[in-house]
Amino acid sequence: MSILVNSESRVLIQGITGREGSFHAQRCIDYGTNVVAGVTPGKGGETFGERVPVFDSVLEAVNETGADLSLIFVPAPFAADAMLECADAGIGLMVCIAEGVPVRDTTTVVRYLEGSKTRLLGPNCPGLISPGERAKVGIMPGNIHLPGKVGVVSRSGTLTYEAVNQLTELGIGQSTCVGIGGDPVSGTGFVDVLELFNADPETEAVVLIGEIGGTKEQEAAAYIAERVDKPVAALIVGQTAPPGRRMGHAGAVITGKAALASEKVRALAEAGCAIIPSPAEIGATVRRMVGG
Amino acid sequence: MKLHEYQAKALLAPYGVPTPQGEVARSAQEAAAAAERLGGKVVVKAQVHAGGRGKAGGVKVAASAREAGEITEGLIGASLVTAQTGPQGAPVHSVLVEQTVDVARELYVSITTDGSRKRPVVIASAAGGMEIEQVAESDPSAIITEPIDPVIGFQAYQGRRVAAALELSGGQSRAFASMLAACHRAYVEKDLTMVEINPLVVTEQGALLALDAKVSLDDDALFRHEAEAGLRDESQEDALEVEASARGIAYVKLDGDVGCMVNGAGLAMATMDTVKAAGADPANFLDVGGGASEEKVSQAIQLMLADPSVQRVLVNVFGGILRCDVVARGVADAYAKADRRPPLVVRLLGTNVDEGKRILAESGLDLTLVDTLQEAAEAIKAAG
Repeated sequence: MSILVNSESRVLIQGITGREGSFHAQRCIDYGTNVVAGVTPGKGGETFGERVPVFDSVLEAVNETGADLSLIFVPAPFAADAMLECADAGIGLMVCIAEGVPVRDTTTVVRYLEGSKTRLLGPNCPGLISPGERAKVGIMPGNIHLPGKVGVVSRSGTLTYEAVNQLTELGIGQSTCVGIGGDPVSGTGFVDVLELFNADPETEAVVLIGEIGGTKEQEAAAYIAERVDKPVAALIVGQTAPPGRRMGHAGAVITGKAALASEKVRALAEAGCAIIPSPAEIGATVRRMVGG
Repeated sequence: MKLHEYQAKALLAPYGVPTPQGEVARSAQEAAAAAERLGGKVVVKAQVHAGGRGKAGGVKVAASAREAGEITEGLIGASLVTAQTGPQGAPVHSVLVEQTVDVARELYVSITTDGSRKRPVVIASAAGGMEIEQVAESDPSAIITEPIDPVIGFQAYQGRRVAAALELSGGQSRAFASMLAACHRAYVEKDLTMVEINPLVVTEQGALLALDAKVSLDDDALFRHEAEAGLRDESQEDALEVEASARGIAYVKLDGDVGCMVNGAGLAMATMDTVKAAGADPANFLDVGGGASEEKVSQAIQLMLADPSVQRVLVNVFGGILRCDVVARGVADAYAKADRRPPLVVRLLGTNVDEGKRILAESGLDLTLVDTLQEAAEAIKAAG
């Protein structure tokens, strides 16, 4: 079992003929993802790889193939347009990989999506993967994942790979791994994903990876304390970051007391999470928590 | 991207944000001439990208044009050390010379985007002149917040509501609401991530004036703001950080001696934390990026080695899009070119890891290859 994506998901890739889009489209297909369509305006009628039809618009792709999930590889300046086109076409979940989408663009898109049936993951995220379903919708290396029962949710990309790798090395498999992205404003958040993991019968424990900046981890902590009955292990990175300096991710800047790593750790510990003491101990902490 | 106060005021004024009359000056002569035009008695304000200027001696009142020149002489070319700059301070290359104002009240108002509410918010307080973080801590109830819908924008009634909460009425309420609407128009049109007016003053004559103004632009939106992109003052930033940014490398200088080169911001922060947990201190944050080339990796290492405080180097790469063989070649290239070779610990994982390890082993470099983060921490400790 899994959340958000499974073997039945009908995946569309926006920007499939571009350099990044084509590279990752192929890797998603190789992993087993059910890629049913691609979209590049002006390239309609072409075929990607052996069998993926390319369309001029998302709406056409949806009408022709029944695509319900879109992986967006459109460059940041044009990402808002791509996201709005998805929403217009009634896509259920869209995953925006691009880093560097202007905050105003994301804010407008996210507001536009309120009350619609389209969910956004990202921007500036690695995407998501359900190993047991052989469904990978993102840029993560598929081979480090192992089917299993631990859900992973994170603001980071490569740090998520690190976490997954430590779990897999210990034989702890994953139900779904979700990267919510490193921007200050994004679509799906920790709380949304925790809600889904909590309701997923096949997910038995959750690993939450947060970082400095904003108050997303505190909101997660409040939700965990109130609603989540599965064990949660939490890691917060950026303990060594100085205030006021952006640590790569646009959202990773300490702008007040609440944005500090220590405040986030405190909130999550109070919510009953198992705190992962250092990034080297992700796997070991989860093993202790799930007992194995 | 931060702007200087004079740039921020020049950006906001055309939208209808009232500011004191003033001129920017880059020499004592220019400052004296500006003061002369402004009537003699003026305020001279050092232009640096840091708050806390007043307490640091960067804001001074001059009784005459001559005194304005003298104050400027002392400021320009010096480094201003404020609570926000660190011990090295920020270089002063210009001052803002402004007319003095008789202040009756000092207020605080800002607009920024709240990641939790996922929209811009107005933050206001009657405690102008204080840092808003301080107010938030000492008296959270004194902070007024007014979220703005990104689709319909800022509404007039919201301006009246904030004005009322600040106990402004009549003409002042109208002036405040229109100033706030002007700030919001600038915020949207110029893709700002922050506009902060602190203090916003009510003068003895009853007028509203933005006595100070801070503006930050969204770096990711500069592509559609060519004029504003040109306002960047690189002298206010660390030289290595400027160079890194020109090469597309995210780099932040820190105080320790362990140079860290990592791919991905989250893993970079995790690597720094692991170094710290091992009892050492990171010299920098460095994210070389996902699609880095051999040349970029080499440049990143060379950039790091240009910082004399780096005594040990930790490379931690989880290859995904970035292949380990590319990283290995880049590291070997940089170390071959370097005039100093601090102890090197490399941890490679993921795409083409075996090839990467082979390249490093055959490079003849004296280095420690490790497999896990834990081993990396221990090796760095041992190299200290």
